[in-house]
Amino acid sequence: MTIRSDRDHGQRYRPRMSCLKKVEAIVVQMQDPSTGVKGADQKLNVTTIPHAITGQVIIAWIAKNMNMDSDEAQAFGTMLVAFGYIYPLQDHKKLVLKPDGSLYRFQTPYFWPVQKWKAEDTDYGFQSYLSIYLAKRNIRKKGVLDAYEQKKTYDYYRRIIIYTQQAVMRSRVKSSVSLGALVKYMTTFKNHDPFLVPCLPSNPWQTDNDSYWELNMTDVEVPTKMRVERWSFSFYELLNDPRGRADFKVFLKKEFSGENLAFWEAAEELKWGTAASMSEKAEHIFKTFLAPGAPRWINIDGRTMGLTVKGLEHPHRYVLDAAQTHIFMLMKKDTFYRYLKSPVYKEIQKKAISPEPHNFSDSQLQQNMRNRRPSISPIITWQKEQEEKAKAAAAAGPIDIKKLMASKLDRK
Amino acid sequence: MSVSDWLLFLLVRSLSLASLPGSIPFSSLQVQPQPDAKMCDQTFLAITFGPCDSCGLNKPLMNIYLKNEPINYCSLCVELMACQGLATGETIHTLKAESESLKTKLEEERAKLHDVELHQVAEKVEALGQFVMKTRRTLKGHGNKVLCMDWCRDKRRIVSSSQDGKVIVWDAYTTNKEHAVTMPCTWVMACAYAPSGCAVACGGLDNKCSVYPLSLDKNENLSAKKKSVAMHTNYLSSCSFTNSDMQILTSSGDGTCALWDVESGQLLQSFHGHSADVLSLNLAPSETGNTFVSGGCDKKANVWDMRSGQNVQSFETHESDINSVKYYPSGDAFATGSDDATCRLYDLRADREVAIYSKESIIFGASSVDFSLSGRLLFAGYNDYTINVWDVLKGTRVAILFGHENRVSTVRVSPDGTAFCSGSWDNTLRSHSQVGCSSGKWWRWRLNGS
Repeated sequence: MTIRSDRDHGQRYRPRMSCLKKVEAIVVQMQDPSTGVKGADQKLNVTTIPHAITGQVIIAWIAKNMNMDSDEAQAFGTMLVAFGYIYPLQDHKKLVLKPDGSLYRFQTPYFWPVQKWKAEDTDYGFQSYLSIYLAKRNIRKKGVLDAYEQKKTYDYYRRIIIYTQQAVMRSRVKSSVSLGALVKYMTTFKNHDPFLVPCLPSNPWQTDNDSYWELNMTDVEVPTKMRVERWSFSFYELLNDPRGRADFKVFLKKEFSGENLAFWEAAEELKWGTAASMSEKAEHIFKTFLAPGAPRWINIDGRTMGLTVKGLEHPHRYVLDAAQTHIFMLMKKDTFYRYLKSPVYKEIQKKAISPEPHNFSDSQLQQNMRNRRPSISPIITWQKEQEEKAKAAAAAGPIDIKKLMASKLDRK
Repeated sequence: MSVSDWLLFLLVRSLSLASLPGSIPFSSLQVQPQPDAKMCDQTFLAITFGPCDSCGLNKPLMNIYLKNEPINYCSLCVELMACQGLATGETIHTLKAESESLKTKLEEERAKLHDVELHQVAEKVEALGQFVMKTRRTLKGHGNKVLCMDWCRDKRRIVSSSQDGKVIVWDAYTTNKEHAVTMPCTWVMACAYAPSGCAVACGGLDNKCSVYPLSLDKNENLSAKKKSVAMHTNYLSSCSFTNSDMQILTSSGDGTCALWDVESGQLLQSFHGHSADVLSLNLAPSETGNTFVSGGCDKKANVWDMRSGQNVQSFETHESDINSVKYYPSGDAFATGSDDATCRLYDLRADREVAIYSKESIIFGASSVDFSLSGRLLFAGYNDYTINVWDVLKGTRVAILFGHENRVSTVRVSPDGTAFCSGSWDNTLRSHSQVGCSSGKWWRWRLNGS
């Protein structure tokens, strides 16, 4: 069943009036007899072409009057040729503006792209043409507006009211605070942005040497210093990097609090998983993390626990949202900072390598270019990862808290 | 729009969502925003799931207000409320007047917290040096205009789609073509690489989004295992996988966005609010991953909650169609590129537009935008065959790239930020990166960094 609405179909259906209006204004300026482009009758072979201008002159005029340098002026001039405001006399097939003595002429406005009606063979004088064109355009525009303004029914306004009320009641932050946060983010990540600071050992696209990617693979034993530094920027960065997440898991194992992260990962899998697998996953999560006496019982407050357990009776993909947020905040505010101060993190910081920047000679660069290495297909990498996960899940069963506590007490 | 059609559609949709019988006897089933949650990176915490105040069913809830009192309605009940007949004393004109006064109030609220401009904050930050970019690879192989491209998470593979119906997966680093699919339609305007790297999604004039699992066997016909996922009533303008291969978010020329389950093709959530074609969408890069932004021909950029389908924020400052939207890497802001030849930056927490990137000499529309890794640079491809690179903080243009011989249709930065790729109507894709800084500059950085 189709949902029809009274819509404006966008500029894909109408000519691009706003850009072309501005372009037209400039083309009119260019043809001004006193301040415009200086053209003259040009001799070409045995003929004389009236009002012809060279590419160089056009580019110089554009650069001067539009305050651009010559590269940009050439690009803009190419637009004029592409849209038909200027046509080349010599190379008809390639519509570009050449910065040399190639000849061009101004197209009569009758053939300008803003026209919607088919061009006829008869040629109008410029003045009479212009008046007809303007009159027709005004009539047409009015018609379009009328069609769009129709049918604003009461539900249209109700929806605006509902939305605007919600928008008014939203909490906002002061500009200084939010802009400050943007600047802080930029400053924090500045050294990690390959466009601002060169990446070590070298940018693979520049030197055709992919060591940078090799050193930063997901399963690498020793990460680079930059990568380890990035983990300290925010909890999100740590979790997003699979190597970082693995290191965090090592820390959690030592603290015997791996169930929080495991629960968070399971909840993510539920949220983003296929609809068919949802109830099965929800049941597994309940048994492993939430049931009283569960092997990996997570510590969340009573109200959230009640909400979640009740919701799990009829599971849907967002049933764990409240619990997941609670656990995530807990990890972010507490565990993450303890991790950064822990011996696990300090050790990885020490072990991390800082590769020397490459210094390839020109001939070496040429050689690199010829020997670009292909990489393993991501399909294979994915299959391997899935196999590893399955092995890990089978081998390490859920930790039995009772047994663990018993063994701890024994040691005391 | 026919109101009864709309209700029928919603009814059908709500029945297909998991709905729970009976109401839960809990005193407060609302997840109130925790006081310390404001410090987190999310821009908001919606009351997400529970019994609707109106119908009692357990559904994703929208947070809306009736006469300044918060109420929790499911999307169906919100629609029913909107479509109620006129009450006594109400006319179209009173409703119109009310909506206008609320809009003014919204602007006042926004202006109250507007205490500083971006360029003032930017004064304290040092300026960027000279930027020289170079085209590193030119990928030739498409027979017609390249319309869209996406990077694989392995930072070197890309998928691109073109007007002739071909979708090609390349290793952009070696320029080898790895897979090719011929779609049954022309103008494949959207393509996306799956997070696992094992599939690609594409669609266009066929109004559908199809997922093609990729195979290691070069001779296998990928069209055989194709899965038709999304079904719209007009062309598909953009598609994106969420955090997994199992869900796809699509936007369409029919004015809606939708979230689909790949395995079953089920519609999980639809997003209505644009009054014209939706041209682009982008998922928020936050740990919660619950929101996305869309931009359309109605000049609006809308931020949506994926769980409830609610439009949570809307920005309408552009003067023409928005061709492209992209989140700032922290997820607290987003940039748009539009046919009015400007790119704009919107701050989500301050709820306003904070910067306009434009120049007198730039007359043609921006078709595609993307941020560099730190968010300091904004790459924008334009319809005048050029790519402009903007300094996001200072608002100035730091570089302009020539080279394409026709309109630039898509610009995307690689996942690790080492390069960006541009696709154009001249049938080629080009990847560009920074030219090595002079050694002097690098040594200076090293001394500061160690």
